Amino acid sequence: MPKSLTPRLQDLKKEIEGYARAFGLDFFETVFEVLSTDELNMVAAYGGFPTRYPHWRWGMEFEQLSKSSEYGLSKIYELVINNDPCFAYLLEANAEVDQKLVMAHVYGHNDFFKNNFAFKYTNRKMVDEMANHATRIRRWIDKIGVEKVEDYVDTCLSLENLIDQHAPHIKRNPDPRVEKEQVNVAPTGIKVDKEYMRPYMNPAEFLEKQKRQVEDEKKASKKFPERPQRDVLAFLLEHAPLEDWEHEILSIVREEAYYFAPQGQTKIMNEGWASYWHSTIMTTRALKDHEIVDYADHHSGTMATQQGKLNPYKLGIELFRDVEERWNKGRFGKEWDECDDLRARRAWDKNLGGGREKIFEVRKHYNDITFIDAFLTPEFALEQKLFTFNFNDKKNTWEIATREFKKVKAKLLQQLTNFGQPVIDVVDANWENKGELILSHRHDGMDLDPGYAKETLRNLQQLWRRPVGIVTRVEGKSLLMRHDGTTFSEKKVEL
Amino acid sequence: MALRIDQDHSRFKQIVRGKIKQNLKKYVQQGEMLGKKGKDFISIPVPFIDVPHFKHGSRQGGVGQGDGEPGDAIGQGQPQPGDGSGKAGEGEGQHVLEVDVSLEELAQILAEELQLPNIEHKGTEKIVTTRIKYTGINTVGPQALRHFKRTYREALKRSIAMGTYNPDFPVIVPIREDVRYRTYKLENLPETNAVIIYMMDVSGSMGDEQKEIVRIESFWLDTWLRHQYKGLETRYVIHDAVAREVDRETFFHTRESGGTMISSAYKLCRDIIKADYPSSSWNIYPFHFSDGDNWSADDTRQCIEILKSDMLPAVNQFAYGQVESPYGSGQFIKDLREQLGDSEKVALSEIADKDGIYGSIKDFLGKGR
Repeated sequence: MPKSLTPRLQDLKKEIEGYARAFGLDFFETVFEVLSTDELNMVAAYGGFPTRYPHWRWGMEFEQLSKSSEYGLSKIYELVINNDPCFAYLLEANAEVDQKLVMAHVYGHNDFFKNNFAFKYTNRKMVDEMANHATRIRRWIDKIGVEKVEDYVDTCLSLENLIDQHAPHIKRNPDPRVEKEQVNVAPTGIKVDKEYMRPYMNPAEFLEKQKRQVEDEKKASKKFPERPQRDVLAFLLEHAPLEDWEHEILSIVREEAYYFAPQGQTKIMNEGWASYWHSTIMTTRALKDHEIVDYADHHSGTMATQQGKLNPYKLGIELFRDVEERWNKGRFGKEWDECDDLRARRAWDKNLGGGREKIFEVRKHYNDITFIDAFLTPEFALEQKLFTFNFNDKKNTWEIATREFKKVKAKLLQQLTNFGQPVIDVVDANWENKGELILSHRHDGMDLDPGYAKETLRNLQQLWRRPVGIVTRVEGKSLLMRHDGTTFSEKKVEL
Repeated sequence: MALRIDQDHSRFKQIVRGKIKQNLKKYVQQGEMLGKKGKDFISIPVPFIDVPHFKHGSRQGGVGQGDGEPGDAIGQGQPQPGDGSGKAGEGEGQHVLEVDVSLEELAQILAEELQLPNIEHKGTEKIVTTRIKYTGINTVGPQALRHFKRTYREALKRSIAMGTYNPDFPVIVPIREDVRYRTYKLENLPETNAVIIYMMDVSGSMGDEQKEIVRIESFWLDTWLRHQYKGLETRYVIHDAVAREVDRETFFHTRESGGTMISSAYKLCRDIIKADYPSSSWNIYPFHFSDGDNWSADDTRQCIEILKSDMLPAVNQFAYGQVESPYGSGQFIKDLREQLGDSEKVALSEIADKDGIYGSIKDFLGKGR
């Protein structure tokens, strides 16, 4: 059972919170709870929410977490939920210095949740919402049986990533009213003041062309959906022949996916920001002399890098520090960019002192993609020893491909774009006038995994009931993969 | 303490074991985590269920951090970007021990998976060894079973009680009543000894891939039979034109060349059985693997002769697995099937590739002999 803080921990909380506030962090009220290792593993397996609907995949997460902590491979230090109030969990067995570190880290996250733009539209009462979801799904389980509901949840999970990552921020579909007016425009040609000018301003070919254009548009509007829709789950909710319970569960899965999406978009920034603050608070304020060695040990453990894997904590904290230093010393702008003299660049210091202010601004207005795009510099990549790696088929190993800055940056951005997930739209829900659903994969140099695509199509078909397909490119050729519920087929198409 | 997640956890385990939700079975994958225990690296199996998503094909590369020149390897099995399972990279030359799943458990999983029947031990009642078991202490008995320590203790007790014990001169003289004897019982133990005799064709046509198949298959056969019999013995025979007995290591790693005379192996196998494993007290399992290419029809006839007259009466089951190879004619299994296909004691199986191992194990062990 979660325990509330001991008086000692309460004092620590008050102390750390004071430091955080003094540094200008702006956060939700934070509720710390103390858990045993098993309980912490459990809450982590539930994605931070102790009250989620029953599903085997939490059990799978739990198995991994508990095995890895049992064998001493990894240990969860902190767990914090984007909610108001913000919930955070402390491990009962941790030493005092660790509890301080975690608290400082948590205030960093908390500030990020509250202020970063990507979280602006997330539900801040998600703890309650998740409990609601669980209750609703349990009710359906009671009504129609666990097997049926669980199988359906599995199917939905298979499509979970087909959402529009940027949906909360962009209005993609035009306002229906405005659209209607546009469609009804008659081809009258350009407006003319003097009647005799008409044949010159609007020659017959021109009018003809305009007429065709309007007709084309009308024709296009008969297409369904009118334009590609990125939020496939929303499309299914609206148009697939789902039963009540199916509709409800799919909308729950979609809502939870959207809730977690910003955390995926800001992993590097969020962890970097929290690490920056635990480091700053601990080393300048909270650490006692005798705690320094333990703190250093744990901090460096968190920041450790492996060759083949980017550590978001490390990359994030270093990049924030780099930005702070650059803005402190005035290493930005036209003059800096045009300076070729290496010695001058190294000694560059205009004593502007705007670094702290700058990183606060950055944590508000950027996500991982824009953060990397705007602030990753060649010097930084060199210093952090970044490289790209590829698979060498001949040697059957992964190997370092290049350290060239442009390529490293491009690869990193590509990896972050859409979460590293393929970009997929609904393009046609009435393909060949047979009610078949066609998705389109926007191919950006990487093929889909055909085995996974096949199984996923099977799941999609179960929701759509009619045959479904996806248009993609395999080895440079346009291909339609199609599943009609019983058989899978592939054919070459041009769409 | 019971946790709320226990229900989800056990459900997950049941899916992995294939007890419920068969439709997810195909998505179960065997991941592993690497840990360090003392000097050794241990591999901790973590099964996970990979629900299909639209995702990019594997091996797309990524961005890493650290030392090294372009072209340097960065260790095998690097995690993919966006790969949630977080497998750690495994360096070469590390000593990896498998933990967590015992062979016993493996055998059970295997049995559940293939629905293998338990083996009926041959002559369980008939084959009996007697063992002497010491069960207690008595005041009478033969001198040979005198229990020195207990006797001394009795004598010491007595002399202290009588007041004759002198700590400075601790001499104890036992009298007749002090002496204690061991008592015993005879126990009848049913003996179930079993031996596997592996035979493998190592002629030129058996490549590394074929041997790999034999290796994997014999591991599973071993596991299952060990589960059924305590004290399983294994013997290894390799042959090309002549046969010889070898140790396990050699068995799997030798590559000879030259012709194939299967009868040579069967003769040697027959001799081993005759010399060491009287069929009245042993459960005998010869397994033979080859690519089905034999020297001559004449030799094949000889093989069948040996099987019919000497081997089959003595063994529980004779199993022949034919591994597909680009060179073999695959004739041998047809001959066996024609001649011995009716015999209950013969299990024949063709193994096309690694995926065929699964079915082949069932062929071999499905009879419950």
